[in-house]
Amino acid sequence: MSTVATVPEGTVNPYALSHLDSLESEAVHIFREVAGEFERPVILFSGGKDSILMLHLALKAFAPAPIPFTLLHVDTGHNFPEVLEYRDRTVEKHGLRLHVASVQEYIDAGKLRERPDGTRNPLQTVPLTEAIQQHRFDAVFGGGRRDEEKARAKERVFSLRDEFSQWDPRRQRPELWQLYNGRHAAGEHVRVFPISNWTELDVWQYIEREGIELPEIYFAHDREVFNRSGMWLTAGDWGGPKDHETVETRQVRYRTVGDMSCTGAVDSDATTLDAVITEIAASRLTERGATRADDKMSEAAMEDRKREGYF
Amino acid sequence: MTTTTEQLSATTLLRFATAGSVDDGKSTLVGRLLHDSKSVLTDQLEAVALASTNRGQEAPDLALLTDGLRAEREQGITIDVAYRYFATTRRRFILADTPGHVQYTRNMVTGASTAELAVVLVDARNGVVEQTRRHAAVAALLRVPHVVLAVNKMDLVEYAEPVFAAIAEEFTAYAASLGVPEITAIPISALAGDNVVEPSAHMDWYGGPTVLEHLETVPVSHDLTACHARFPVQYVIRPQTAEHPDYRGYAGQIAAGVFRVGETVSVLPSGRTTTIEGIDALGESVDIAWAPQSVTIRLADDIDVSRGDLLAPADDAPAITQDVEATVCHVADRPLTVGQRVLLKHTTRTVKAIVKDIPSRLTLDDLSQHPAPGQLVANDIGRVVVRTAEPLALDAYADSRRTGSFLLIDPADGTTLTAGMAGASFTAATDAAADADAAAEDAEWDF
Repeated sequence: MSTVATVPEGTVNPYALSHLDSLESEAVHIFREVAGEFERPVILFSGGKDSILMLHLALKAFAPAPIPFTLLHVDTGHNFPEVLEYRDRTVEKHGLRLHVASVQEYIDAGKLRERPDGTRNPLQTVPLTEAIQQHRFDAVFGGGRRDEEKARAKERVFSLRDEFSQWDPRRQRPELWQLYNGRHAAGEHVRVFPISNWTELDVWQYIEREGIELPEIYFAHDREVFNRSGMWLTAGDWGGPKDHETVETRQVRYRTVGDMSCTGAVDSDATTLDAVITEIAASRLTERGATRADDKMSEAAMEDRKREGYF
Repeated sequence: MTTTTEQLSATTLLRFATAGSVDDGKSTLVGRLLHDSKSVLTDQLEAVALASTNRGQEAPDLALLTDGLRAEREQGITIDVAYRYFATTRRRFILADTPGHVQYTRNMVTGASTAELAVVLVDARNGVVEQTRRHAAVAALLRVPHVVLAVNKMDLVEYAEPVFAAIAEEFTAYAASLGVPEITAIPISALAGDNVVEPSAHMDWYGGPTVLEHLETVPVSHDLTACHARFPVQYVIRPQTAEHPDYRGYAGQIAAGVFRVGETVSVLPSGRTTTIEGIDALGESVDIAWAPQSVTIRLADDIDVSRGDLLAPADDAPAITQDVEATVCHVADRPLTVGQRVLLKHTTRTVKAIVKDIPSRLTLDDLSQHPAPGQLVANDIGRVVVRTAEPLALDAYADSRRTGSFLLIDPADGTTLTAGMAGASFTAATDAAADADAAAEDAEWDF
């Protein structure tokens, strides 16, 4: 006997879930699986919209109890001040514990060297992987989405990393049904991506539906920026602009939040969530294509960084 | 809130998988669905054009859009399942894009395990071939509710109706005999764009939907009142705070059916019975909840319930067993052998188990069975008998994809070895026949 009787076409099914409810339910399921199976999970939290969304989903998943995870921020030293302020306020508000791994400290200690182009995103990998080892985290939640980038489209929801945090795309475990396999040896850990199946538009629609507060840089505002390789970068202590680059004030907003040295702003007059959603729905550029310099370094830039342990 | 947002939010989600062999035009079909639904953005096309030029190719190679790994681009093949996302005003889509090369079975099983619809591609010049039958068999085995037969390259057979009709008839008869509940055949040319997104100007004789139209309108929600309600307990929520000193809730995702406050439920495998006192749907108290909602259930009695237990209506609970008979697809490179000690992961419960018997291995090409193969190797489908160390509340996969499925895992290093589906493998052609054969099914293998 088959019990999956389909509702006849044209009738209203009271049990239909909207796509946002489906995605929310799936993400919550993933958070709870990790809570049930791992000893020391941690959420990577940058203060960007994807990690803010993850935190919101985790809060809902365990309510009315507090979330059973700590947070980890890999601080590149080139963060937007508004985002750091948001990060600290959020941690305080929810009574969370935050670990910070600092790229600047690694540079100051001589353990990492500044790149000639000043970009610090690729430098995050070492502090990240060492923090994972040091705190013996066995599950690390990341806000990666498969729609972001073609290497990420290949990532499992549960992604086993070896003791060096490396990703081997050819040796991934098949992932069937909703049966996530989190088995790992001592020293290994699992990267977990609860919002794998969300698109940029889903994220924004959910943020609007749930009334989630975001750092101001996601909304159009006047900002001192300069143009480098076709992207509007924020002037600042991190090393921009150079002599031949001129600063101007433009009305911009950010689609992603990362290291200031490689995260570009887009021209925009979207000052509300609604305007942002309308803008994204009409955009002919992907979020990363529009605003991330580090992904343009080579055709396989993301895959190569992920292999090394980037999230 | 504006109408734009409301329109975008009111859509439903369809998860589907594509299956096709190497040269039947699957990449072109996927490329066209993404491109014509405007899901490929300018910077992605520019990146593909640049990479193609660097390789000395004259035209942009659209396969580069979907082949995400260095090794895939170098070898020009798709190695692994990739998930793609696109949307129309009517629906959001998650496409499990499964490669068609030699590792087809485990890849298609992976893609089909979460799919509500499978698109099987056929080259109109070749008709139904072994590979097509294999795809249909996997879709039937995984109980994908809807199958679309896309007869591609109609432009190469002069858009001739009899060619399409013959292929559609042969496939439909074969798939129906396997128990595929709904089959839709569509004549297309992915290259020319006929009947993919836009209706074809070359096939007046075809009155059905385009591929996209069908994907947009196929019903994805089911009548849950007909399903056995199942709730695997994932996690126990006990805040023990001043505000919630006595709160004890069982968190989980409803695997099937509907649960209501006041309902009498059994806790399995212990068999204790109590009633549902409350349901919290992610912060909101509700009277009713259904699959696949993630909720927290509170029970009237303070009984022992923990991760791995299953809540089910007291009068409709699954059987409890330590002897699992199932059809499996072996997904690991190392074999599965009789006598092997494994872990079995079923819903939220992982138990020790031993492979007692491998009675047969299935040849998907002709559905013939080979008795007592001794072991299963990568991509094999076969019957296994597994004895578990602890009792499981296991449904037949035919009744519930969620509570009838399991994984076998290597306890030594955690490798996922095998994907399992409990109970009979293919749906019998009619329910009447199934009832008549029910007694016989325990004794003999049904493929």
